[in-house]
Amino acid sequence: MSDPLPPYPPLDPTTYDLIIIGTGLPSSVISAAASSSGSSVLHLDPNPFYASHFASLSLPDLTSYLNSNTLSPPPPSNNTHDDSSFLSLDLVNRSLYSSLEISTFEPDILEETSRSFNIDLSGPRVVFCADESINLMLKSGANNYVEFKSIDASFVGDSNGELRSVPDSRGAVFNDKSLDLIEKRQLMKFFKLVQTHLADEKDVKVVSEEELESSFVEFLEKMCLPNKIKSIILYGIAMLDYDQDDGETCGCLLKTKEGLDRLALYITSIGRFSNAHGALMYPIYGQGELPQAFCRRAAVKGCIYVLRMPVTALLLDKETGGYKGVRLASGQEIFSQKLVLDPCVTVGLESLSSLTDQQKETIRVLVPKEISSKEKIARGICIIRGSVKAEISNALIVYPPKSLFPEQLTAVRVLQLGSGLAVCPPDMHVLYLSTVCDNDDQGKTALLSAMSTLISPHVPENLPSDSVDENVTAEAKPLLLWRALYVQELVKGEFGGNISSTSSPDGNLNYNEIVESAVKLYEQLMGSEELFKEETSQEDTTEDNDGDGVEIED
Amino acid sequence: MHGRPRKAYKPEEEAASAAKAAKLRILQTQFMSNHHNKIYTKEAVDLSTKLLEINPEAYTAWNYRKLAVEDKLSRIESDPDLVKTILDEELSVVESALRQNFKSYGAWHHRKWVLSKGNSSVANEMRLLDKFQKLDSRNFHAWNYRRFVVELTNRSEQDELKYTDNMIGSDFSNYSAWHNRSVLLSNLLARKADGFLPNAKIPDEYELVHSAIFTDEDDQSGWFYHLWLLDQTVNVETPLLTSSWPSHGSRINLSAGCLNDSFSKLTTFCSESGSFPLILYFDQAVGGVSSATVTIDSELKGNEDLVWEPVSKKNSQMSSVWVAHLKYMSSEPCFRKEYEVKVRVGNSPGIVSSRGCNFSKSYEFIFTAHVHDTVQGSQEDIVSWTDGFDIWDAESKDLYSLVNLNRSNAQMDFKWRQEAIAEEIILFRKLSDSKIGKLTLARLLMAKAVISDDVVKGVDYNEILELYKDLMVLDSSHYQYYKDEHSVALLHKVTSSTDDLSRHLFRYRNMNNSVCLRLNNLSLSRIASVAKLLFVQMLDLSHNELHSTEGLEAMQLLSCLNLSHNKIRSFSALDSLRHLKQLRVLNVSHNHIGEHSVDTTRYLCSSPLSNSEWTQDEVGRKTPNLVTKYWDAYFVLRDLNLKQLDITGNAIARDEFSSFVLQVVPKLVWLNGKKLES
Repeated sequence: MSDPLPPYPPLDPTTYDLIIIGTGLPSSVISAAASSSGSSVLHLDPNPFYASHFASLSLPDLTSYLNSNTLSPPPPSNNTHDDSSFLSLDLVNRSLYSSLEISTFEPDILEETSRSFNIDLSGPRVVFCADESINLMLKSGANNYVEFKSIDASFVGDSNGELRSVPDSRGAVFNDKSLDLIEKRQLMKFFKLVQTHLADEKDVKVVSEEELESSFVEFLEKMCLPNKIKSIILYGIAMLDYDQDDGETCGCLLKTKEGLDRLALYITSIGRFSNAHGALMYPIYGQGELPQAFCRRAAVKGCIYVLRMPVTALLLDKETGGYKGVRLASGQEIFSQKLVLDPCVTVGLESLSSLTDQQKETIRVLVPKEISSKEKIARGICIIRGSVKAEISNALIVYPPKSLFPEQLTAVRVLQLGSGLAVCPPDMHVLYLSTVCDNDDQGKTALLSAMSTLISPHVPENLPSDSVDENVTAEAKPLLLWRALYVQELVKGEFGGNISSTSSPDGNLNYNEIVESAVKLYEQLMGSEELFKEETSQEDTTEDNDGDGVEIED
Repeated sequence: MHGRPRKAYKPEEEAASAAKAAKLRILQTQFMSNHHNKIYTKEAVDLSTKLLEINPEAYTAWNYRKLAVEDKLSRIESDPDLVKTILDEELSVVESALRQNFKSYGAWHHRKWVLSKGNSSVANEMRLLDKFQKLDSRNFHAWNYRRFVVELTNRSEQDELKYTDNMIGSDFSNYSAWHNRSVLLSNLLARKADGFLPNAKIPDEYELVHSAIFTDEDDQSGWFYHLWLLDQTVNVETPLLTSSWPSHGSRINLSAGCLNDSFSKLTTFCSESGSFPLILYFDQAVGGVSSATVTIDSELKGNEDLVWEPVSKKNSQMSSVWVAHLKYMSSEPCFRKEYEVKVRVGNSPGIVSSRGCNFSKSYEFIFTAHVHDTVQGSQEDIVSWTDGFDIWDAESKDLYSLVNLNRSNAQMDFKWRQEAIAEEIILFRKLSDSKIGKLTLARLLMAKAVISDDVVKGVDYNEILELYKDLMVLDSSHYQYYKDEHSVALLHKVTSSTDDLSRHLFRYRNMNNSVCLRLNNLSLSRIASVAKLLFVQMLDLSHNELHSTEGLEAMQLLSCLNLSHNKIRSFSALDSLRHLKQLRVLNVSHNHIGEHSVDTTRYLCSSPLSNSEWTQDEVGRKTPNLVTKYWDAYFVLRDLNLKQLDITGNAIARDEFSSFVLQVVPKLVWLNGKKLES
């Protein structure tokens, strides 16, 4: 990004059905869907890379992206409103990130290898095999551009710092030494109940209507599940954030219905693809591959892509106040029926005051509103030497509320990824951490606590090595090489007529909600057209030759 | 490979398969002509390769290839390189055939044949197997072949056991892996390999299979393995003597006629023949019981070379029941005298179980035989079964020795077995809300009863009976099995203590107050616990649901038997009665004999067509057509020495059959309640 921007070539044509700004996952899904339904789409991104907030970047790129975005100066408004027949509103790139802290402990080693990293901006995130994103990829044909690998294991950390594997399948329950026979039976019975519940929704009611509306944690208690299993189900499988035993303080008690839906997603993920073991998988080269796959799909269908192209202003009709188009950083004015914006795009506050109500209505998704929830997501990235669990490279670890320290309010999720996924050099691992928080300090405290449980702090090199080494290797914790901590704002996508905006990365582990909301936004934008209708009939026979399409390597 | 739904063929698929069939037919014809003309040229062999690539099931083609290989091998004068080339070619043909159909018997068999020729790399076979078993871990062909290959290599059974560990770990529904585990463990335990003592290893195995059962109790694999483990826990390889008649320490009264009431009827045996049966009852079928392996030490004359006979189906020299007839009336009359008889079983080695295990160690028992004068002449009165029964006033002293079985000759440790079973019972009570859980609990409780040394209290039996009753209701498709098991448990209960047994003992007034065991009206469908009933001479099994008399053959003293109102469907179901040389009175009235025109049980016995012996005897010569018609009745009745027979209430009991019976059993006095005129 330090390179000077090349001169912008003029775009042709200058009128489109849809202009999309930002190449994050929701935007890419919409662009692929709109392109394949025949709309003309211009897809712009101010960054020199695809995937926006969902990108996977090399170490220097990541650092500079986080830095520039946390303190980005508003672009100079080089154009005046006067000479145009339109009302022009300056757009500002607002940052989603705050409280950024980056520490490097081994600059030499990282310098050599910095380009061999593919680090996710919105980690930890994995794909559930039955995830909506997978369905959409299969439907759109985007699956041809991505390859996945399974996450080897999944653990729940207990208050003693021990990692207990998540017994999420028959095989895992059978092999789990920490469960006694009765617990194995209870757990499997519960899984079977969930499966029966899923199988015959209408015929046999295994779970009553009343139970579905009551709290999930109560339901689990009714099933006579002991605490440790309850905790595994709530945080290790249903992936809940808030302490369910303490409903009053957080006010986020999950209903049984939703809880069962979450379990269903997990359970149906297991065994969906014969060559995937377990429920979770991850795209090789990082999660940035997913939006890119949809973008490639869109490009095949005629969508025009321009990267490094910020949009500086919105153009509104002077008379009606309706949306007309955008002005690019190149100065060119481009017109479209509809516009979809990246969540970090906003208008300068000073320009808002002069607008009529009509104009305000047009750009309503950009008008800052009272934020109902101050919920944020604290993220952490660690580059480590060694692994948090011997002989396991790719693993998910969940620390339920109160497991790290008594005041821990929300679950902390940790994802370790290794060189097998082409995200880091061999012998290193990348660790992603996240937790939902109300304020930056609270989130960071939780993440740091999880880090200190898993990783040994950086040790100065002058320590005697030979004598200690033998003892240490037995339970050696991995060594921290690099660390980043930041807090990301959660912005919800919004449909606003001709101008809409997409969501920022959410606090979930999977893509389900993001993709669902993108699909919903698309349907609102384009009428209730079914997504990728054409593709399913056409490509089933031609490209989809291995049946389920998603390629998963062992 | 498992759980894939079948799809109906589309028209184009059908067309393709028709074309394939046509091509196959041409190939087949060419191949057959090559085969018949013994053409083993390269072209001919290639043709068979082509055929097998399309259809690996063409067994003849595999056999042809074997001949072709033999032909080639005979020409090349054992150049090892050439031999290897020829055999490798075969292996690659098999491999491609297996890719076509992984479950082709012919292909796997051919591979075994090639391997058995030597010259092939066994290590390569293991690699191939690992690949195949990864693709389909439950394919039993691959597992079979694996056992074959392992036998050729020096791979240890311990290593193979670890392999089953891995396979079960990755999918515990792998029945083949569990099965292989049981095979390997059987071998390791049998040869007492290092670290494989049953008392240490079996409990570990229980722990492993518990994990499978408690994780998914609907999966059968674990339950099968559990059943195998239970069998390992309860049953002992070395054969044991369970009981005998006369029993150890007993005192029997012998007489040629009837004795007066002053003697215990329980221990009195009267027979005109002047000999009495000595019965040995083992816990499993054994062979090799003879005057060499079982020695008799007594003053009773003429018993030096006893003939021991197995009480079993024809021609089998293996049986759990063996009998010899001891003479007590030799040429010199020596009445009113007591003789001590010492029987030593397993005096010299030779008593061997069907699995090749030797009788544990020599075991001696002693009884006293009291020979009496005849007081009254033998009776010819009809035995009515309906009345004349009095409650038997207990002579429990005599009875006690009968219900207490010989466990003293067991040298093995029962302690760990009892502990293991006790633990299992505690655990499986928690699963007793399911059918298989109930069944397993019932089996465990039964196992506990079987391996306890003391007389077991009745409490457990009642629980077993309740469990089987529940199961009969819950799982009606296996009703008969539960019914049979219920009967077995009930008979164990009846014979578990002197109190229980004496409740079923009666005096029969009309026959000189003989002791009658009445097990009527118990809805029994199967006979069991015979080892404790060897003393019985009069047995009432009427009003039950018996299909067969199997098991009664051990009751060598039996002279009166009531089987009326049961579910016996043919005379072949009475086949075991042929062994009862003392049987004089038989009531099979009100059964279903002759009701079913096609009686499947008849096929289980030797058919008259394959048996020419009947044509040689008198009845056969006189009325061959009747013998052909009633051959099953003929074989049973001919061997018996009946005085009284009741067959009324059966479809077969018509005049023709009655006249046939009179010919076969000329000594009969009473038929269907009527005295016959001699």
